[in-house]
Amino acid sequence: METGSPQNTGPAETGATAQAAGPVAGAESEPARTESEPAGTESEPAGTEGEPVWIALPPGLLKMRRLLLVVWLGLLALAAGLVPGLLAGPGWAAFAALPLAVLVWGWVMLERNWRSWRYAERADDLLLSRGVLWRQETVVPYGRMQLVEVTSGPVERHFGLASVQLHTAAAATDATVPGLVPAEAERLRDRLTELGEARSAGL
Amino acid sequence: MTTPDVHEDGRVRRPVTERRLHPITPFRRAWAPVAVLIGWALHDPDQAQRQLTRLTTTTLLVALGVLLPAAALYGFLTWWFTHFAVTGSELRIRTGLLFRRTAHIRLERIQAIDVTQPLLARVAGVAKLRLDVIGTDKKDELAFLGADEARALRAELLARAAGFAPETAHEVGEAPSRQMLRVPPGVLAVSLLLTGATWGWLVVAAVALPLLWTATHSLWTVLAAAVPMLGAVGAGSVGRFVTEYDWTLGESPDGLRIDHGLLDRAHETVPPGRVQTVRLVEPLLWRRRGWVRVELDVAGSSNSLLLPVAPRELAESVVARVLPGVSVPPRETLVPPPRRARWCVPVWWRGYGLAVTDAVFATRHGLLRRSLSLVPHAKVQSVRLVQGPWQRARGVADVVVDTGANKSVTARLRDATEAAALLRSQAERSRTGRRDALPDRWMA
Repeated sequence: METGSPQNTGPAETGATAQAAGPVAGAESEPARTESEPAGTESEPAGTEGEPVWIALPPGLLKMRRLLLVVWLGLLALAAGLVPGLLAGPGWAAFAALPLAVLVWGWVMLERNWRSWRYAERADDLLLSRGVLWRQETVVPYGRMQLVEVTSGPVERHFGLASVQLHTAAAATDATVPGLVPAEAERLRDRLTELGEARSAGL
Repeated sequence: MTTPDVHEDGRVRRPVTERRLHPITPFRRAWAPVAVLIGWALHDPDQAQRQLTRLTTTTLLVALGVLLPAAALYGFLTWWFTHFAVTGSELRIRTGLLFRRTAHIRLERIQAIDVTQPLLARVAGVAKLRLDVIGTDKKDELAFLGADEARALRAELLARAAGFAPETAHEVGEAPSRQMLRVPPGVLAVSLLLTGATWGWLVVAAVALPLLWTATHSLWTVLAAAVPMLGAVGAGSVGRFVTEYDWTLGESPDGLRIDHGLLDRAHETVPPGRVQTVRLVEPLLWRRRGWVRVELDVAGSSNSLLLPVAPRELAESVVARVLPGVSVPPRETLVPPPRRARWCVPVWWRGYGLAVTDAVFATRHGLLRRSLSLVPHAKVQSVRLVQGPWQRARGVADVVVDTGANKSVTARLRDATEAAALLRSQAERSRTGRRDALPDRWMA
C-alpha cells in the first residue's frame, strides 16, 4: 500500500468542489471515483475506520511546474548554446545539451513528485503524504490546529491554484497542501477550521 | 494613579490600579556608555591615548554638562512612561516615550514566571520579573521592581492565572512551597569535573597551543587562540557552577519552583501542565555514579534545566511529579531498532530505543552520552513519518513527534511496518491523551 501514486487512491470522496479539478491523471485506469455526498457535511469520509481516503492533487500544479521548468531551462539552454556558439565556434553550441538533459530529467521528476503528494481527511486528523525518495507522512489532529491559511502567489493565481497551510503550536509541523483549486482550498480551509473548533485543545 | 477600565460592553468596571517600576530602574543602563568607551579604548589604544591628550578641561566639562542631563532625562522619561497593571485576566504593560507600546498578556496563557536578581540588583534590593508567553519573540519583563514587590506580584499573577476570584487574588499570597530536592554544592562540583567537554577543551588547548607556539613564535597568535579555548573551559565549569549553585527544586500548588544561582539569584515558576518534554541526560562519566541531568522544554520559555545533577531514582521521582501519571520507562523496556538498521547508522544504532506507554512517548539516543526524551501524549502537536531512500532499502523509517516547545522528538530507525502502525496509533493517542489534561486555569 501507499506507493505514492494516485492509482492506489481507491474510491475517493472528493466532494463537489474537488470534482471541479477535473479528471486526475492516472485515475482513468481506476474505477470511477465514487461521487458520494459532498464532503464538509456531517457525514465523515468513508474511510474513517479502515483505510484513509486519499485525495490526489489536481493536475494544474504539475502543468504550472512543468511550464516554469521549460521556460527557465529553455532560456538557459538558449544562452548556453548561443554564447559559446557565437564566441568560440558552432561546435561549442553543444553546451546547450546540458540544460536540455536537465529539462527532460526534471520533466519526469516533477511528475513523480506531483504523484507522490496526497492528503486524506479522517474523522479526527488530516493525513498528508509526499516525497518520492525522501518520503514523509504527516498526521495533524484537527484539535491541534492553531491557524489554517490559504495562500496564492501571482503565478499560482494565473494558473488558478491555491495552497492550504496548517499551523500548529509546533513550528516543525510542516503541513502544506499545494496546488489546489481555489474552491477546494476554501472548502478544505473551512472544514478544517470547523473541525478544529469542534475538537479544539490547548497546548 | 487610577484609570477607569472601560470594557467592550461599556460598563465601567472596578478601576485598574496602574503602577510604576522601582525608581532605581533608570540606572539599569547607566553602565552602557561607560562600557562602550572602555571597549573603544581597548580596541584602539593608540588613538584613545591621542584623543585623551587633546581633551581639555573645558570640553570635558561641556560634554559632561550636556551628556549627563540628557541621559538622566531619557532614563527618567522612560521610567515615567512605563506603567503596568494587573486586571482580572490580563497583565498590561504600557511603555514607550515616542513609540508607545501596550502589551496585554493573558494570564492563563503564561507558561512560566521568573524572578531574577542579578548581583547588582541584589545589592540594591530589586528584582526583575520575566513572563514567558507563547508566540512572543520578545520576552516581556518588568525590570526592576522591589524584591518584595516582585514576589508579591508573582504570587498575585499566579493566583489570578490559577483562577482565584479577582477579589481574593490579592490575599491568596504566595502558595506554600514544599522543597523536593536540593543539589549539594559538592555533588555539583564533582559532576562538573566529570563533564567531558571541559576536559576535551583542556586537552585541545594543551595540544594546540604549544604547536601554535612552535609554528609562529608569536605571543599574540597564541593568546588569540588561548582566550576562546579557556573561555569555553571557564563557561563549562566555573560559569555553570555559578549559575547552578544551590539548585533547589520545590513543589507548590502554583507549579514547579526552581531557585538557583550563586551571584545572580533566579526564582523560576512553571505552572502545572506547561512542561512539553523532559529529557534525562546521562554523560559517560556520570554513569558509574548513577547520576543524570534532567532538562525540560516549556513553550515560549528559555528555561531548559530542571536538575543539573541528581541520582537516577530521585530524578525519576521528580519527573513523575513534573509530568503527572508518567513513569520513566526502565531501560529494559526500550526496544532497540532492528539489526538491519546498522547499515544506516553503523555503530550508534545501538544507542537508539523506543518505548510507548499509556502516558508517554519515550525515545533514547546516544551511546556514550545517553539521552532519554519523554513526551506526554497530550503534548504532541503532530506526528510525522520520514523515510529516506537508504532507509527504505533497509526497511526502516523515522517517526518524528512535534511538540509545542518547538522541539521534535525522533524515534529513529524503526521497522517500516512498525513505524507506519506507530504513526497511526500515536496520532490516536495524542488526540485522546488531551482529555484528562489539566485546564489552563488549574485551580478553577
